[in-house]
Amino acid sequence: MELTGAEIFVRSLQDEGVDIIFGYPGGAVLHIYDALYRQDKIQHILTRHEQGATHAADGYARSTGRPGVVIVTSGPGATNAVTGIATAYMDSIPLVVFTGQVPTHLIGNDAFQEADNIGITRPCVKHNFLVKDVRDLAETIKKAFYVATTGRPGPVVVDIPKDITAEKTEFHYPDKVSMRSYNPVHVGHAGQIKRAIKLMLDARRPMIYTGGGVILGNAAGSLTSLAQLLDYPVTNTLMGLGAYPATDRQFVGMLGMHGTYEANMAMHHCDVLIAIGARFDDRVTGNIEKFCPNAKIVHVDIDPSSISKNVKVDVPIVGCVDNVLKAMVKLIKGSKQRPDEAAIKEWWRQIEDWRSKDCLKYDHDSELIKPQHVLESLYKVTNGDAFVTSDVGQHQMWAAQFYKFDKPRRWINSGGLGTMGFGLPAAMGVQLAYPDATVVCVTGEGSIQMCIQELSTCKQYALPLKIVNLNNGCLGMVRQWQEFFYQGRYAMSYMESLPDFVKLAESYGHVGMQIDKPGDVESALKEAMAIKDQLVFMDFITDPAENVYPMIPAGGGQNEMILI
Amino acid sequence: MRHIISILMENEAGALSRVAGLFSARGYNIESLTVAPTEDPSLSRMTLVTRGTDEIIEQITKQLNKLVDVVKLMDMTEGPHIEREMMLAKVRAEGDMREELKRVSDIFRGRIIDVTDKTYTIELTGAGDKLDAFLQALDQGLIIEVVRSGVSGIARGERALRL
Ligand SMILES: Cc1cc2nc3c(=O)[nH]c(=O)nc-3n(C[C@H](O)[C@H](O)[C@H](O)COP(=O)(O)OP(=O)(O)OC[C@H]3O[C@@H](n4cnc5c(N)ncnc54)[C@H](O)[C@@H]3O)c2cc1C
Ligand SMILES: Cc1ncc(C[n+]2csc(CCOP(=O)(O)OP(=O)(O)O)c2C)c(N)n1
Ligand SMILES: [Mg+2]
Repeated sequence: MELTGAEIFVRSLQDEGVDIIFGYPGGAVLHIYDALYRQDKIQHILTRHEQGATHAADGYARSTGRPGVVIVTSGPGATNAVTGIATAYMDSIPLVVFTGQVPTHLIGNDAFQEADNIGITRPCVKHNFLVKDVRDLAETIKKAFYVATTGRPGPVVVDIPKDITAEKTEFHYPDKVSMRSYNPVHVGHAGQIKRAIKLMLDARRPMIYTGGGVILGNAAGSLTSLAQLLDYPVTNTLMGLGAYPATDRQFVGMLGMHGTYEANMAMHHCDVLIAIGARFDDRVTGNIEKFCPNAKIVHVDIDPSSISKNVKVDVPIVGCVDNVLKAMVKLIKGSKQRPDEAAIKEWWRQIEDWRSKDCLKYDHDSELIKPQHVLESLYKVTNGDAFVTSDVGQHQMWAAQFYKFDKPRRWINSGGLGTMGFGLPAAMGVQLAYPDATVVCVTGEGSIQMCIQELSTCKQYALPLKIVNLNNGCLGMVRQWQEFFYQGRYAMSYMESLPDFVKLAESYGHVGMQIDKPGDVESALKEAMAIKDQLVFMDFITDPAENVYPMIPAGGGQNEMILI
Repeated sequence: MRHIISILMENEAGALSRVAGLFSARGYNIESLTVAPTEDPSLSRMTLVTRGTDEIIEQITKQLNKLVDVVKLMDMTEGPHIEREMMLAKVRAEGDMREELKRVSDIFRGRIIDVTDKTYTIELTGAGDKLDAFLQALDQGLIIEVVRSGVSGIARGERALRL
């Protein structure tokens, strides 16, 4: 039987196993919306802005490991989605984004709501496709999912002209596709793995530095086996938190600009660095000239272009983290050589010494609420077992420092692009994936206002999020830099005319709370968490002068942190 | 160092802009870029000439390989290879200059392919530096117009860029 392009679209997604799709309708996608209306296998979530739709799909993808799916209309629908696409691209998150397009015969005509979606998204997608014939539609959709989810994951855009969705053809959804131009690597080179192991076992001051790749590659278990087999210290990037249990003794905290003193000092002094699924970002390395001056470096990554991009490495291993880590564990278990016990013991003594500086300490006697105190309490009240999304700014760094993630896919934030506005819609995607879980969005009064309209979506779909707004009345991260590096000239970093967040939440039909005394923090959090069936917006009025410590200043090496 | 990179890519609309976009987005320079379909019409072959340190060239080839439309590529400069570029030069050719221009053209193995009473159009093929040398050998005032095809390259011997 012949189906229309719109029906083929819906059937393809069903066959692909898609259960939820985030989007916003418009002229170019009306046939598709009509086909969605006439089925009940895929739930469509109507956000209030296309940026919200892409972030929600992104939150769904980060928390589940399955691709997030989005549909938006042509022109402004597609351009509104770009921020979300770029956010997913920078953090290698699998999304498939369908954009409506004007009918084929009008393309290039400056037609109503026409934009060059392929051209606009090209620099921020893993790949994109324009469907030019309805007979190619099903296979293109299959390819889009294949490319988005394999190798180094990333967003893929499929641009579908309106006439294609009305034309008819036979439907067949392929089980598999192969593309001669796209063949991601899986297993690492055996010889390279052997060389790496030799280095690792000879190390006297080893350091394991892991990133988002361990989470994307579902390798937290193998990472933990490897690290514990060797008793080596582990640090995670902002994107890698949860890949190794944060409450374990071997975990030395996050590294980088706002990482811990012990993690950065251990990086600086290590003699063998084992980098796994991490990309030597400038927020991590600090001044590249001063980075790990005495280390031999092993780097495992699925993307050859991540290797030796910023830092030249000694043993590159291209492959899927999980495979490579499992191979390493097996080889080490089979080897007669063991790490040098005395040297490793001495190394741990040194690390404990750095750790004893207690670099995350803060003032516990303040009259004002300290943001760190809110996050410590949040960790306690949720038993460390919540999904936590965040926006971008100081609150994000404090959440990363003070919420100890023991499991992967629990910490959901925009690291690469640093997109304010990400937190709330991402939390919606997480809650939809895990309806019974506690999902907390840690945000600031600046960031939350960038996608605040999504509070309406939360009402429509009864999403009981817990929003922790660390309201310092300023764009704190900007203010901090202005205090440190611009002699306190606070250009545009104060927010005037903030809304009454309690009333705002209430007007959307949610519960609002304002907390301004340190003594009330924990009880307010408990009260909010006890409300299982409603969204609670907690507006914590925090100390506006608080800064994120420790910090590697611009141009500094990892051993040059500013401590409080 | 100067590198000649040859790329086989899917002959899809937009494939060229993916390569050009990659170079501008990442700040790599392109000296020349040529593209045409191959004997297999589903593939096109692109030749690009770029400059950079070894690290930059390594990143360029990795980033090119990462493009989903790129099937295969080869850095010609890594082995013995032949480089050719075609040039058409229109020059003012009057009076005794006509003889002189013919002689210079012959020395460079050029061919005069169009003649008027005031001009010659000379066709010349060779490596880029030979074409440069030819232009330098001419009196600059005589050059009316020059068009160059951009570089193509092929490896010597058995080495080949094919599927
Ligand atoms: C305000 C702010 C402050 C920040 N401060 C810090 C900071 O102090 N410290 C910090 O760490 N970050 C910080 N960041 C985040 C930083 O910008 C980067 O996003 C982050 O450091 C990158 O993490 P990553 O190296 O783990 O790479 P990711 O972006 O997570 O990249 C993952 C890597 O793994 C590879 N990979 C993917 N899948 C696989 C697989 N299956 N097998 C093998 N490899 C795979 C990819 O190719 C890629 O190279 C900050 C961000 C913001 C917004
Ligand atoms: C969309 C966007 N615009 C601008 C920035 C730059 N920026 C980074 S942090 C920040 C301040 C965030 O303020 P707030 O949400 O109140 O968080 P705080 O730092 O105060 O905790 C700004 C403006 C950004 N990251 N994203
Ligand atoms: Mg703020």
